[in-house]
Formats: sequence, C-alpha cells, structure tokens
Amino acid sequence: MNKVMSNKLMIALYTLPALILIGILIYIPLGLTGYYGLMKWDGIGAMEFIGLENYITALQDTKFWESAYHSFLLAIFSALSLIIYLIISLILASKIKGADLLRKIYLIPMLLSSVAIAQLWIKVYNPANGILNSILGFFGVDNPPVWLGDPKVVLFAIFVPILWQYAGFYILIYYAALKNIPDSLVEAAKIDGASAFQIAYKIKAPLIMGVIKVTIVLAIVGSLKYFDLIYVMTGGGPSGASEVMASYMYKLAFATYDFGYGSAIGFLLLIITLIVTVFIRKLTASDEEVQY
Amino acid sequence: MNKLGYSILYVCLGLVAVFQIFPLIWLVIFSLKDSREIFASPPLSLPEELKWENYVKVWQGDIAVYFFNSVWYTLVAIILTVILASMATFAITRMKWKLSSFVLGLFMVGLMIPIHSSLIPLFKMFLTVDLIDNPLSIIITYTAYNLPITMMILLGFYYTLPKEIEEAAIIDGCSINRLFFRIILPMTVPVMSTTVIINMIYNWNEFVFVNTFISSDKYKTLTVGIQNFIGQYMTDWGAIGATLVISILPILIAFLFFSNKIVEGISASAVKG
Repeated sequence: MNKVMSNKLMIALYTLPALILIGILIYIPLGLTGYYGLMKWDGIGAMEFIGLENYITALQDTKFWESAYHSFLLAIFSALSLIIYLIISLILASKIKGADLLRKIYLIPMLLSSVAIAQLWIKVYNPANGILNSILGFFGVDNPPVWLGDPKVVLFAIFVPILWQYAGFYILIYYAALKNIPDSLVEAAKIDGASAFQIAYKIKAPLIMGVIKVTIVLAIVGSLKYFDLIYVMTGGGPSGASEVMASYMYKLAFATYDFGYGSAIGFLLLIITLIVTVFIRKLTASDEEVQY
Repeated sequence: MNKLGYSILYVCLGLVAVFQIFPLIWLVIFSLKDSREIFASPPLSLPEELKWENYVKVWQGDIAVYFFNSVWYTLVAIILTVILASMATFAITRMKWKLSSFVLGLFMVGLMIPIHSSLIPLFKMFLTVDLIDNPLSIIITYTAYNLPITMMILLGFYYTLPKEIEEAAIIDGCSINRLFFRIILPMTVPVMSTTVIINMIYNWNEFVFVNTFISSDKYKTLTVGIQNFIGQYMTDWGAIGATLVISILPILIAFLFFSNKIVEGISASAVKG
C-alpha cells in the first residue's frame, strides 16, 4: 500500500506538469522582472545593464508616487466600504425573508468583466445622456461635476463601480460566516436582554473577526492591483489624476516602450504588495482567535 | 423587531438591490433603442419599439469572431487547468512524499502574485519563442495563473476523501492511474464543477493578457474586442449596448443555472490573499 502511494515516478508525473507551468509562467517571470529593472531596454533592441538606476529614478519619480498614492487611496476606500458590506450582511443574516435571493442579486456585478463594467459606467457618468446626471437633474442638481473629466472627483467616480462590483462578494463572505454562528449564542444574548444592535456589534461581529481580517487583506491587496477598470474608464487621466501603479507600469512598457523602467516599477509593485500583505496580516493577527 | 423596523430594513436592502441591478437593466434598455431615440428621449424611458437590429448589426461585425475565440480559449484552458490541478492536488493530498507541503506552498504563494509584475517578462518570453499573437500563449497563461486558485478549492475536498477507498483499490491491485482516473476523479465531480465555473468566470472576463499578447483581430477575445468595437461605434449607444449585453450574457445564463456552485466557488476563493 505505502509503496504504491509513494511511487516517486507517479508523484512526479502528477505534479510536474502543473509545477513546470507555474514555474515558467509565474516564478521565472517574477525573477526576471527584478532583473530587467536593472536594464535600459526598449523591449526589442539589446539590453544595457545600468545597475540600480531605474529603481533610483522610480523612487524620485513624482508620477510613480502619485500613482502609488492613488492606489493606496483606493485601498483605504475599499477597506472602509467593508463596514457597509458588514452591516448589510448582518441584516441579511438576521433570519430575514428573501435573504438568499437578495444576496444573489447583489452578487451579479461581480460576475462581469471589468471591461464591460467600465464601459457601462462610462455611459452612466456620461454628462449628456448618462443616468446619473438625469437622476441628479430630477432632484434639482443643475451643475453636476464632469465625473470622469474632473481631476478632483475622478478617483471617487472610479471607486463607485468598484464598490458596485465587489459588494456581492464581500456580503457573500460575511453572510456565510455569520450563518455559521450557532443560534444558541444569539438566543442566550436575547434572553439576557441584548438589543439587535448589541447582538450584532458585541457578539456577531467579534465572532467573525477572523473572516473580517481576511477581507481587509483582500480589499487592500486587491486595490493595489487594480488595472482593467481604470485602464478602460480613464486611461489614468485626466492628467494622471487616476493613474495607479499597475496602469503606470503598463503605460511605461507598452505605450512608451520603456521596458526597463516599466520592469522596475513592476518589481516595486510586487515588493509593495508583498510587504503590505505581510504587514496587514501581522497587524490583524491576534493570538486570541475566537472559538465557538 | 416591530413592523416599521422591518419595513425600513427591507427598503434599505431593496435600495441596495436596485443599485446593484439597475445599471444592467438600463444597459439592456439602451441596447434596444436606436441612436435618435437614445439622444432625444430621457435616458430612463423604455424603448418605443425593440430595436433588435442593434444585435444583428454587431453580431455581423467582428463580435462573432471574438465571441467564439472567448468560448474556445475559455474551454481549453478550463479543461487543462482542472485536470492538471486535480492531478497535482491528488499527489499532494493523497500520496506520501516528503516535499508535498513545500510543493503545495509553491502553488499557494501563486495566489498572492500581482499579474502585472510578471507581464513584461512573459511578453518577452512569448516574443522569443514566437508565441506573441498566438492563442497558445493565452491558453497556457490562463492555465498557469488559475492553477493555484483551482487547487485551493479542490484541496478541502481531497483531504476529506476516506482513506479506505485507496486501500481497498490498491489491495485489489489497482494502479495509481486507474485509482485516480476511475475512482477518485469521478468522486470529485461536485467540487470540480465549482472550479469549472470559477475558471469560466475568470477566463471569460480576462483582459490584460489578451490585450498584451494578442494583436490580430482574428485572435482577440470579447473583453478586448469590445474595446476596439466600441471605439468604432463612438456615438452608436445602441450598438455598444448590444455588444456589452452579448459579452455578459453567457455568464449571466451560467449564473441563472448554477448560482449555488458560483456562490460556493466564490466563497472558497475568498480564503486566498
């Protein structure tokens, strides 16, 4: 039995195809990104080794820092929006009729491509004919901002479709976690005279803290990688007001053919993502995991 | 809680539902109007008559090509991903070897990688081996990048399979291949279908890889194709609407039939990060 189940040849045969694929297509490219970052390279011609110059340039590049700042702003918005999702899930999970159906309706935008979402929301924000301005007009707002054309509001305008896209996802996760809380705990609190609000705030939310922490990591790390939606909706504009790290990297490489510098930015994106992941994990890790 | 409280709750939940679904309904509405009507009547009005011509018109353009490319890239990548992931997960969870947890770690770290950080080297690699503007580059990248999440979803199920099955099979003289393909794999159908759906959503909606590696129209997928297409039809909102509806329809139909599987897959994939 043990001999068959530890047959080296079979193990290799079963794992190597997948391992080779991720090795060649995920791990080797990651290393190469750091290496290309040391080069002056237009993507086609020969590479010229220039040491850390690209990385030093990046650290002094205001455009890079602005894009990083926008990424972090989106990350903070996303983390804050988790509160709304949590409240909705608490309501949904409190034995309300139709919760299942509502939860599924909330999930629908999550299934669509960011490109389709971006195109749809470009239309929603259209100054002449979009639904947003015509609804605002109905409520008597005569001079709404040019949503995607105003550097001051563009990031907020981009955040709304993000909120829209991921609402169902986070609600689903919280809802599933809340459904796992044993009824007896909630019943006991009720008998002790706790209000619905107290039960939600003092009992249910702390009990799903582990899940909440995971979603914080997901929301923040996910935001650092935003690309498709912004690339399609604004291309980083107007005048860089919605540029994020990934879109800046993409532009450097595939629009201005500065592949060496683009790689350096790509490598910094990787480092920042990993540092932030570890940092938030540490920050949100607690030794007293709730048991029930 | 009293009646008033409940009504307020339902109104709030209902408003959220409207916010989630309304932009899509509006999309369907303007996809059935012509340009004159879209620009002359209020955005929220229903179409005077249903202009199905919009759909006919865009389907006769390149959309049909993009659509079928999306279909076959998605399908081939799903099959490859699910088979390779199942085999690797089987070897990691059911077979005995020293490096199994290390190898599992290699796959799971893949969940944290921002794809943009590997885009330039991938581009260069595909350029070197002449796979730029070749569907193969898309299919293998989809497969590689979806392996970690697919294995993540499969893992839990494989861990719970009873040991006795393997023992009995091997005592009967069953080979590993036979055990895996004839006995274990069929048992994992429920969780496999969840991974199929999740892969379908990811592949169907993928943008960056196709946008970077594919340049000819004949190889583009819907997500990238609609970008060009919409460029051509700047002011023809009816055509744009029809294009978008066509691009999201397959996923919506899948959701209608398999919403439970989708919910399962999405919750499972949430643990990543």
